[in-house]
Amino acid sequence: MNGISPELVRHVALLSRLELSEGETCRFGDDLANILDYVAKLNELDTSSIPPTSHSFKMSNVFREDVVQPSLTNPEALANAPDAENDCFKVPAVIQEL
Amino acid sequence: MELYEMTAHELRGKFERRELSSAEVTAAVMKRAADIEPLVRAYVTIAHDEADSAAAEADRALAPGKSAPPLAGIPIAVKDNMCTKGMRTTCSSKILANFVPPYDATVVTRLRGQMAVITGKTNLDEFAMGSSTENSGIHKTFNPWDLERVPGGSSGGSAAAVAAGMAIMATGSDTGGSIRQPASFCGVVGLKPTYGLVSRYGLVAFASSLDQIGPITRDVEDAALLLNAMAGHDPLDTTSAKIMPPDYTTFINRSVKGMRIGLPAEYFGDGQEPEVRAAIDKSVRKLEELGAEPVEVELHHSPYAVAAYYLCATAEASSNLARYDGAQYGMRAEADNVIDMCSRTRARGFGAEVKRRIMLGTYALSAGYYDAYYVKALKARTLIKRDFDRAFEKCDVIASPTSPTAAFKVGEKTDNPLEMYLSDIFTIPVNLAGICAISIPCGFTLQNLPIGLQLIAPAFEEGRLFTISHAFEQATEWHKKRPSVMPSS
Repeated sequence: MNGISPELVRHVALLSRLELSEGETCRFGDDLANILDYVAKLNELDTSSIPPTSHSFKMSNVFREDVVQPSLTNPEALANAPDAENDCFKVPAVIQEL
Repeated sequence: MELYEMTAHELRGKFERRELSSAEVTAAVMKRAADIEPLVRAYVTIAHDEADSAAAEADRALAPGKSAPPLAGIPIAVKDNMCTKGMRTTCSSKILANFVPPYDATVVTRLRGQMAVITGKTNLDEFAMGSSTENSGIHKTFNPWDLERVPGGSSGGSAAAVAAGMAIMATGSDTGGSIRQPASFCGVVGLKPTYGLVSRYGLVAFASSLDQIGPITRDVEDAALLLNAMAGHDPLDTTSAKIMPPDYTTFINRSVKGMRIGLPAEYFGDGQEPEVRAAIDKSVRKLEELGAEPVEVELHHSPYAVAAYYLCATAEASSNLARYDGAQYGMRAEADNVIDMCSRTRARGFGAEVKRRIMLGTYALSAGYYDAYYVKALKARTLIKRDFDRAFEKCDVIASPTSPTAAFKVGEKTDNPLEMYLSDIFTIPVNLAGICAISIPCGFTLQNLPIGLQLIAPAFEEGRLFTISHAFEQATEWHKKRPSVMPSS
């Protein structure tokens, strides 16, 4: 079985921006190990000459004219904001004081 | 028959003959929804006032001498991962529990354009991640055929609502089987359209290369009517196909004589309940009697589909769900810096399955693992897609069970995520290939639980699905059976 160390689980949780409890770290480690063990069956397939498919149909970039269209008003855009001030979204300080 | 048990096409006839009004039907459906919601729990939000005023407006459009759109006055439930302007849209997640969208999803705009009556928002597995609706962060939904069982998922609320008379029809979304599997478990019709046929604008994204909106209805003709309303190019969705969809109702009442039905050996192996297998075999014989010709086809790589799917879908999900950071909308957990605010908000707002998938997807995309997992899965996806291309050189549609089992018990699979994933083993390959498939009722187990037949067609050949499933429906009675949920007084 794939070994998933608690350090690796904590690293992935940091990349995922998820604060995990000790119990969750343990449980997700086991769950991920089980799932990765299962998906390892893909290694039975020889895919050396197979191109990847990220999308079912061939698509190229879709462009449109860059023209101003009606959009949300400031109050509409802020209506769901957890916190707002001076017509802006408000979050904790991003830059720490020295 | 109760008003809430009728189909949209039956109601349409009654509206035109002035035998019924939308207000009467809407009142009957809304009463039924209120009566049995405590038992079934199909809805996150029931929109009584909005439904009443929409019905009144529809009745004005249905007045003599006016030409009302086909779905005018029909009560339709909307899965709660599709944005409804001014009506809470939760995705059944605590993180969006109070989110009120400032705009409508294109599908909702189109339903409103047809003057349909939106009854409310139906429950789902949080962010559509699950196969039983047990992952909802709001509450569980129960199967109207047996309230101790799950309705399937993730569109479990929509399927249960349609089965139990809490809506006439409903919208669902399908990333790996989320329309077809609950339709199968609840004994209704569910169609996953070809990728790009229906706009995803305003559908809260789970896995953008796989997600597709489609109809959940009581019969095949209703599915064609609802798809007519939904399908078509939308400039607001850059992955929307630039095609002019046909009138899908023209594909019903056609002969299936000479239609070749592909039977993949890989889908008829040991991994299914004997009762399911027997019902599917019997259905294929019925289609033969109607003039269709069975042919053997091969889908060699389908045993790898679940593995490929859980890497592709979670990778996309980990990226799509990065937007829930507590800054602009949704829940926020307080902290004294932005990164802690974000991590704590997500820790408290997301349920276990969503966290598990974000972690798996992040892992599969992270440095050192990207080629081994994500790219490998995308290559397997190519092989799965090629299998279908080759199979459709020999047949017109492919038949299979929709799910290996009938509805399972609440709690039966919650401790084992992998076992839950395998419930979608027959539906997932269709999403990876981007093609279309329908689930229709085709029998019952001894415990009176519905069984679903899946029919798969090539891209943009939904017409074939309507022809064959309508012919089957005309020759059988399965779709007429309704669960008997009685309100507790």
